Amino acid sequence: MTQDPKVRLRGLYKIFGNDPAEALKFVKQGVGKEQLLVDHQHVLGLQDINVDMQEGEITVVMGLSGSGKSTLIRHLNRLIEPTDGEILLDGEDVMKLSEDGLRQLRQKKMSMVFQKFALLPHRTVLQNAAMAMKVRGEPEADQTREAKKWLDRVGLTGYENHYPVQLSGGMQQRVGIARALTANTDIMLMDEAFSALDPLIRTDMQDLLLELQTELHKTIIFITHDLDEALKLADHLVILKDGRVVQQGEPQEILLEPNDPYIEDFVSDINRARVLKVRSVMEPLNGGKAPKDAAGEVDQNESLEKIIARSGGDTTHTYTVTKDGEPVGTLEMKSLVRALVPRVASEAGARKS
Amino acid sequence: MAGGGLADFKGTGMAFYDGLFEALGLEDWCGGDASSAPLSMADLLAQNSGDEATGPIFPFPSLDNLNESCAAVSQTRDLTKGIEDSFLAAKPALQTVLDPVTQPLSWLLDGALWTFNAIPWWIMIPLLVVVSWYASRSKGVTIFVAVSILLMAFVDHYDVAMQTLSIIFVCTSISVLIGVPVGIAMSKSDRLQRAIVPVLDLLQTLPTFVYLIPLIFLFSVTESKLYGIAIILYAIVPVIRLTDLGIRLVDQDVVEAANAFGMTSRQKLTGVELPLALPNIMAGVNQTIMMSLAMVVIASLVSAPGLGVNVLRGIRNLELGVGIVAGIGIVLLAVILDRVSKAALSRVDMTNMKH
Ligand SMILES: Nc1ncnc2c1ncn2[C@@H]1O[C@H](COP(=O)(O)OP(=O)(O)OP(=O)(O)O)[C@@H](O)[C@H]1O
Ligand SMILES: [Mg+2]
Repeated sequence: MTQDPKVRLRGLYKIFGNDPAEALKFVKQGVGKEQLLVDHQHVLGLQDINVDMQEGEITVVMGLSGSGKSTLIRHLNRLIEPTDGEILLDGEDVMKLSEDGLRQLRQKKMSMVFQKFALLPHRTVLQNAAMAMKVRGEPEADQTREAKKWLDRVGLTGYENHYPVQLSGGMQQRVGIARALTANTDIMLMDEAFSALDPLIRTDMQDLLLELQTELHKTIIFITHDLDEALKLADHLVILKDGRVVQQGEPQEILLEPNDPYIEDFVSDINRARVLKVRSVMEPLNGGKAPKDAAGEVDQNESLEKIIARSGGDTTHTYTVTKDGEPVGTLEMKSLVRALVPRVASEAGARKS
Repeated sequence: MAGGGLADFKGTGMAFYDGLFEALGLEDWCGGDASSAPLSMADLLAQNSGDEATGPIFPFPSLDNLNESCAAVSQTRDLTKGIEDSFLAAKPALQTVLDPVTQPLSWLLDGALWTFNAIPWWIMIPLLVVVSWYASRSKGVTIFVAVSILLMAFVDHYDVAMQTLSIIFVCTSISVLIGVPVGIAMSKSDRLQRAIVPVLDLLQTLPTFVYLIPLIFLFSVTESKLYGIAIILYAIVPVIRLTDLGIRLVDQDVVEAANAFGMTSRQKLTGVELPLALPNIMAGVNQTIMMSLAMVVIASLVSAPGLGVNVLRGIRNLELGVGIVAGIGIVLLAVILDRVSKAALSRVDMTNMKH
């Protein structure tokens, strides 16, 4: 990626407690989360976070409960102040903003979707959706027009004059998304936005988000503790543990090359055939010719599941992989099948035999 | 004063603590003749009831008992006198500050009393019924209000009831006008909360009569602000407490959303915190109204007009009937005020939560 990242976090630390500055010294000397709590009565929220978030991409931050995901996302709009480190937005240091500048940033550059929806219960759906524009003091007619447009876009036409409590959880979160979209900001922060929803609605909402994203190309920072959701949405995946980034990168790479037992645990349970894409397991052509005996052409973004179905389970086939119709690599069914076995399991198998 | 006899009595008897002062060699400091001291507290009370003061065998070393042996020790009456004197000494200074500040309260109370009585009953009663309808939107409550007022008017208690109502109206309004901002300030600052809560606790635990004592010193009993201040001090507590509590209890997720979208403190207060705290604030207002009513009855001791005066008459002159009718009037008024404000409260709750 050649362009500068939209948001950069540089050496970010967050310590909760009475004297974070003092505790920071210990952390920088290598004191861990548990020891810091036992010996110094401070909670280590985040340590040495370095993440670049690219414009127009969905950056997913994943980790177990208490790993510091909410703490991390709240640093971007400074709902939480860091103990140390830099937060750069378009190359500009967010920490240097005045109170007024910070308010401008929250009003115009970032909008947020919350796990518990956090809608105003005494306002109608329409008023809730228009909240950001109202805060900015834009004309009422514009507010209504924009809010209606986005409510329609998330499928809530006809509910404008309802109150949040009258809606189901899924519909309330659609209002939450419409509220963030109406704010018309480049950056959207989503803290476990779909975690409170049941699985079917959740899939719907993920599809809705991806659909909107193909159109809007926002910079989205999405928090989740669910790996399937992370893999479905992420362009860039950041995995947190105890306030540290244990691995980050292309989700497919993390899946194939987990660098930590913690992540191996995570990835061992998922349906790899559905998640892995052809491009992650193919042999690149590197200027060579496409094989003559190919059983057919497959797109590089096809999931492995589709290819298996197509081959009818025949592991002798080889396919030509294309990108926008041009051949870019070859896919042997054998390497495909090998990729379906998680590394831990394959190692365990190798040890036994 | 019939003090001579008592002085004789004391001159003959030996006071219990004489020995103590002798042993300590303090006789000179005490001065010789203890019997010339003025009446002790016990003597004073005994004198009123006609009995002679005959102390126990081993009296508690209280000021009065020590004084009997040693004149240099002051009596309890000197203490109460001292407090009284210091109050009186501070009075002019306090008055120059407090009088102008509180004077508008007198005007408001007198104005409200005048207005409520000046409006003819055939306007006032329908007006009250309409107000209760708009506040409560409940047929039952409105009918109850109408019937109760007509009933009171029928037994010639309309005027006194209106006096009581006008005082409650003024005192509740002022309590809300002062209490809500104080509550908001408290909810924003833990320090302020820590400072104010003990004061509120004190105001709420003091027996209601005790309020009246310093106030009687400061203001003349003929001024309406005397009872106005007593009522407000007593009734303002719940509205402050519940405003503070209400704002602190506002869903923090919603407050966070307000912050995330860059609301100013003012936008947050008026657009999020106050509306969401409204049910609690209204509950505070309801309690404030009820406490105003309780206090306005007691304040009839210091010339607050209204139903309380009749109750007081019932007690003083043993006019049982007068007292009971006024008492029933107070109960009716209490139920009216409670029902109307509760109905209004449940209405704001509904628009907030269900709809
Ligand atoms: N205000 C605070 N004071 C003290 N410790 C805090 C505070 N906020 C968070 N923490 C601690 O920081 C750590 C990270 O919390 P955080 O809420 O960011 O986790 P999370 O990954 O969002 O978890 P979840 O999935 O449960 O939302 C936890 O150990 C938590 O106890
Ligand atoms: Mg969280």
